[in-house]
Amino acid sequence: MTAGRIVGIDLGTTNSLIAYMEGGKPVVIPGADGSNLVPSVVALDPVPADGGRPTITVGNGARKALIETPSRVIYSVKRLMGRGLEEIQDELKLFPFRLADDIEAGEVPRVQLGEMRFTPPEISAYVLRQLKRNAERFFGAPVTQAVITVPAYFNDAQRQATKDAGRMAGLDVLRLVNEPTAAALAYGLDRAKEGMIAVYDLGGGTFDISILKLRDGIFEVQSTNGDTHLGGDDIDNLLLAIALDEIHSEHGVNLRAHPGAVQALRKAAIDAKIRLSTEPSASFDIELPNGDRYQREIPREVFEQLIEPVLHRTAGPCKQALVDAGITAEQIDEVVLVGGSTRIPAVRALVDHLFNLGARGKKPHIELNPDEVVALGAAVQADILTGASTTTEEMLLLDVTPLSLGIEALGGVVAKIIQRNSTIPASATEHFTTGVDGQTNVAIHVVQGERELASDCRSLARFDLKGVPPMPAGLPRIEVKFLIDADGILQVSAREQRSGKAAEIEVKPTYGLTDEQVESMILDSFDHAEEDFAKRLLIEARNEAETILSKVDQARNNPAWAQLTGEEQAAIGAARDRLASAKLGEDLSAIRESTAALDQATRRLAELMMDAAVSAAMRGKTMATAGEELGDNITAPHPMAAAEFK
Amino acid sequence: MLKTVDSAVPVVCWSCSAVQNVSALFCANCSKIQPPPGGTYFSVFGIEPRLNLDLAALESEFHRLSRKLHPDRFARATDREKEWSLADTALLNDAYRTLKDPIRRTEYLLKLQGAEIGEEFAAANGRDRRDPSRVPSDLLEEVFELNMQLEETRAARKFGEVDEQLEKDLMLAKEKFDGLLKDVDSNLRAQGHAWDEGDDTARAAAQKAMVALLDRRRYLNNLVCDVAETLGA
Repeated sequence: MTAGRIVGIDLGTTNSLIAYMEGGKPVVIPGADGSNLVPSVVALDPVPADGGRPTITVGNGARKALIETPSRVIYSVKRLMGRGLEEIQDELKLFPFRLADDIEAGEVPRVQLGEMRFTPPEISAYVLRQLKRNAERFFGAPVTQAVITVPAYFNDAQRQATKDAGRMAGLDVLRLVNEPTAAALAYGLDRAKEGMIAVYDLGGGTFDISILKLRDGIFEVQSTNGDTHLGGDDIDNLLLAIALDEIHSEHGVNLRAHPGAVQALRKAAIDAKIRLSTEPSASFDIELPNGDRYQREIPREVFEQLIEPVLHRTAGPCKQALVDAGITAEQIDEVVLVGGSTRIPAVRALVDHLFNLGARGKKPHIELNPDEVVALGAAVQADILTGASTTTEEMLLLDVTPLSLGIEALGGVVAKIIQRNSTIPASATEHFTTGVDGQTNVAIHVVQGERELASDCRSLARFDLKGVPPMPAGLPRIEVKFLIDADGILQVSAREQRSGKAAEIEVKPTYGLTDEQVESMILDSFDHAEEDFAKRLLIEARNEAETILSKVDQARNNPAWAQLTGEEQAAIGAARDRLASAKLGEDLSAIRESTAALDQATRRLAELMMDAAVSAAMRGKTMATAGEELGDNITAPHPMAAAEFK
Repeated sequence: MLKTVDSAVPVVCWSCSAVQNVSALFCANCSKIQPPPGGTYFSVFGIEPRLNLDLAALESEFHRLSRKLHPDRFARATDREKEWSLADTALLNDAYRTLKDPIRRTEYLLKLQGAEIGEEFAAANGRDRRDPSRVPSDLLEEVFELNMQLEETRAARKFGEVDEQLEKDLMLAKEKFDGLLKDVDSNLRAQGHAWDEGDDTARAAAQKAMVALLDRRRYLNNLVCDVAETLGA
């Protein structure tokens, strides 16, 4: 069964998880550190001594680097997935994303990490690869097929970017599942209930509301709405902004100039936020670079007033989802809470109010860990896809497209061809013709969104239908089929009906990577490069060790050796033996450390030899000849090394 | 546009080679999935074109077919079966979405009969929805009045003012038009019955009436939406 295993992955803004079905129950797979959550943080490790390609650290290890080397770390990259440069300006103000400076219009933005640049899907791919490795370590077998969850309100480009990330990480992404729907699946396993369910999902960076009808094991989504840039991150940023301003005005310290300190403060803000869910107040106590302490008490009422505007932004989408489902709040039978931010009491109070729960004697479902429920649901969907499980054989998920699909018509107006909340897969067939005699190309601009003007919607792609047989204007009849697949991603095919020829379509995605670009970013090739690299580094370190060892052995015959104390000679001997034995092993850092230690121990010896060389030079020899006599074993930097004597 | 592939053409099952006299989603012989069949949204559900449908039965059939056709059931099938599952499920979903809604169902059936209805024809004939020639004649005066009020309200709101009398009038007008919409819907239901039960002559008459009713409905609906939008903005 190992070969047939499909895992479920929650690729979150803040944390990511991987889960699978074990004995009819979904289970989260822990990492090597025993933790179920892998922070979605990616760090570029320091450049190796030889200037080669640095390695990548993901998760808790990378989180530590946030404070030490903030310019080499990135978090919350999900906010950038599938988005264009002009769309992410707001994110850039709130998050320490550093973009490469040479991005051209229409290009996928690249993030600068240290001296390297990565597209958002590549960063996500590193997170996915870590999860994949955790699962492979757990199963002791390769994992290649996965279901990945996305916010229900993700558009076409954001979905495609997620699929691209999967491919780069060496995963065959069998299905993208909407996060709230996945949560409903996880809850729906042990309750054969019927009725209307609302899933309120407030995560680290995204908000979704989905309304589902449950019947006979079929989870039929009625409507979905949300905001792909609203979540716990926004609350953290509010607390952070206040602290930064107060530190500036009260202590005269502009922490914004110290990225590492900002990250430390951000961590304190997150801790305070978490404590405020269970305690009446929380406090900041931070030591500032000038030695002052910033101490601040935050009572829960103040916190709740502060975050009210953020939480209120979830109300509109909830109401719209109810309208689109054609029901009232009172017709909702159950509400499921998903996402770490739903632990905040004010969020629970808002949900109670929005769905009139308390008055109806109802409580929202919080039985499953809100951080894990999406991953558990992804595992359930993965089990459904195996088609070989009795637990889930009666279950089926019918999801919808969150945004309307339209075509830009004359005058920039949008003609909607697939309405939002249509069950997917969904299709629409449209006919196009030419406007000029002999015209052989027809351009179609496809957009996603609810606004009337194409310029207010999100551009999805431009399709260029080519090879239309030259005919008088208006005579060709090109049938174009638009199909939104089960992942919520658009596929297009076209046919010229009079000639019966399949028209050639050239697709220019407005945002996103081409197939070739994705191919070139597949991490496996990096993996091998990293492996080769590690081997190369080891060989180089051994060579370096060999050189220093032989020079030290030669130096024992130099008159300078006799000038050393017995202790110094013994220390050099010990360091020499340690390096000689480390050199035989496979541990790169042991070899490097022993090399450095021997270098340190021979420093005085080198100086004495250099002094002798200088004296020789004073007697009319050049530094170069003196060097020749000495050999090149002077490993200590010498202030006169570059000088030349006549 | 509608699919008008001739469903009478015999097809051969790709898997067991059995001849299918009726093109269907599955082979009658080996039950394997087939490429999308021709026919109408009604034939997807195995029913004759009609306007009054048992919605509970439609939903059950939708669920039954979804279980068999959905791409989730073909995650590990051949590429060909995956492609057909996707196309067939899209067809099923499109059909269910159209048939479960009484207005979409009526428009679809009328289009099948060759009627020219919908915004696309209005647009093709160069008629904007605010074009006076499209205003139902009995409503000319009220619509003119309403449009004036709408413009005044929008202008007032632009400067941050709220004219309470004007907004009250608008609410009243909206209620009136909502009532007219309900009348249209009940008329549509009555004509739907006439179409379902009648002979060719009765059907032709009902069809003509429904085309006019749908036009009126679209017009009223746009007005109500405009008012709601203006008041809600």
